[in-house]
Amino acid sequence: MATATMSPPQRRLNRREDVLTGFAFVLPQLVGSLLFVIGPLVAVVWYSLHDWNVLANSFTYSGADNYERLASDPGFHDAMRASGIFSAGLVLLNVSLALALAVMLNQRLPGTATFRAFFFSPVVVSLVAWTIVWGFLLQADGGINGFLSQLGVDGPNWLREGPTAMLSVIVVQVFKNVGLNMVLFLAALQGVPKEVREAATMDGASPWRSFWSVTVPLISGTILLVSILTVVGSLQVFAQIAVLTQGGPGTSTTVIVYYLYQQAFQFQEFGYASAVSVVLFVIVAILTFVQWQTRKRWVFHEV
Amino acid sequence: MRSDVVEAPVSAAAGPGSAAPEPSPSRRRRVRPAAVLLLAVLGVLAVPFVFPTWWMVTASFKPMSEILRIPPTLWPSAPTTEAYGQVFDLQPFAQQYWNSMYIAALVTVGTIAVSSMAGYAFARIRFPGANLLFGVVLIGLLVPAEVTIVPLFRLVNWAGLIDTHWPLIVIPIIGAPSVLATFIMRQYFLTLPTELEEAARMDGLSRAGIFRRIAFPLARPAVAAVAIFTFLHSWNLFLEPLVFLSSRENFTLPLALTQYVDAYGGPMWNVQLAATTLTVLPVLGVFLLAQRQFVEGLANTGLKG
Repeated sequence: MATATMSPPQRRLNRREDVLTGFAFVLPQLVGSLLFVIGPLVAVVWYSLHDWNVLANSFTYSGADNYERLASDPGFHDAMRASGIFSAGLVLLNVSLALALAVMLNQRLPGTATFRAFFFSPVVVSLVAWTIVWGFLLQADGGINGFLSQLGVDGPNWLREGPTAMLSVIVVQVFKNVGLNMVLFLAALQGVPKEVREAATMDGASPWRSFWSVTVPLISGTILLVSILTVVGSLQVFAQIAVLTQGGPGTSTTVIVYYLYQQAFQFQEFGYASAVSVVLFVIVAILTFVQWQTRKRWVFHEV
Repeated sequence: MRSDVVEAPVSAAAGPGSAAPEPSPSRRRRVRPAAVLLLAVLGVLAVPFVFPTWWMVTASFKPMSEILRIPPTLWPSAPTTEAYGQVFDLQPFAQQYWNSMYIAALVTVGTIAVSSMAGYAFARIRFPGANLLFGVVLIGLLVPAEVTIVPLFRLVNWAGLIDTHWPLIVIPIIGAPSVLATFIMRQYFLTLPTELEEAARMDGLSRAGIFRRIAFPLARPAVAAVAIFTFLHSWNLFLEPLVFLSSRENFTLPLALTQYVDAYGGPMWNVQLAATTLTVLPVLGVFLLAQRQFVEGLANTGLKG
């Protein structure tokens, strides 16, 4: 209605002004995207096709050599395996704990707000700070083993022994970020109509049964979404490894980004590191694409 | 991506049972022991979330001789602020603190400006190629920072900006990290009613004026969310400062925290924990004051896409 009362020249003026303002408003973001996202993305693919010797200052086209090297490099295989274990362990522990916490907080007991703040608080704590404190707790003579010794248990050297090092890194990360997933699950749980659960209870379903048969299917979209987001985040883990284990013992916690960092910034293997980057990009891009598809499909199940 | 997605648990937690019908007496009696049990379980589960912070603060006041003592002490037996003095003696910690603060503040303000303008244009203004440009910008959501760190390092190196704060300020404001902010702003502007803007337009306000005087002020919840996650993202950045910075007086806090080591490379725990305490407590304090905004703002980032 408003536009109908405008004179035609006035409207044309508005159109032109809109076009100019529109371009001006998106310009900084667009320049940034080209300069710091798309340009570097093209560059990293380009680098990955080259043999790049920084010391000799040589940069020669080498085709798929770097990728062939990846295929036969035990270090890269170890990194992929470490990332696989880390992601699988993290998503399993994180999602199940987040869901359990959300279900408990959703009971609307007194004190819920305080507990929610407790569980969420590590999310806002600096990652490096959180990791340093846990590194301190997990020392051979640190707090956790100190308390364990009071119980007569001789604790392991958590961060310096094979299986416990990976476990420690996973658990530290779970406590850091589970609060975020918990909040997402809480929102989804609030969206489950009370009548549906009540109907199940009327039909004689136990709370346990009604949770698995009614609630979980209704929030399955959120569960999948949260799982994918957690996997994508877990593939990018770096600071925790750098602070807690430096990839050790051996290469047991050398995850893909830590490997990438070592190749690029410790061994100056920029071409080879770029090939690792491209592999990481492809994995993350596929997962993110799946996530977008998921959101479209499950949109009715969201709050 | 709706800003009200996470409001439900907040309001539910704020007023337990305010709208719910009173349970019948018989039912209430049956619920009580279960509730006590549940609170006990929550209490136990809260330990790994809360105890590290307690341990960090108390350990920072312990002398080195007490810090690894067995049995562990929950409260320092002879509290000392010695470690806090060393924090500032061993590194230019005040300078590093300032670096982190001013970089995060600039990045936050810059990101709000860039992302609210771009988000508004993509949501409201029809101009040729808008959809294509939006698609180009959205690629940023697909690219983790780690993937482009090598070319960005080369670029920064080529520009002669290694060991300066420029890459830590400019890249987040217009590069990949701000794309999520733009996306959130766009989604929010899409939910605003258009009538106000149309009325303003009738009154002769330009498009830029409508944005500045009407749309932007209405978008405060989205701006708050963007501000919180942008500040924390910058404040916590680790890989980029590690790659771009080399001298201690330029370090940001996460990098500085890892540098408190003795001559043998072993961590000086009490000093490191004192520095960590100084880093963590202000943010935790702000979180406790503005809990709801934090939870909403950060849950929104999780819901990207």
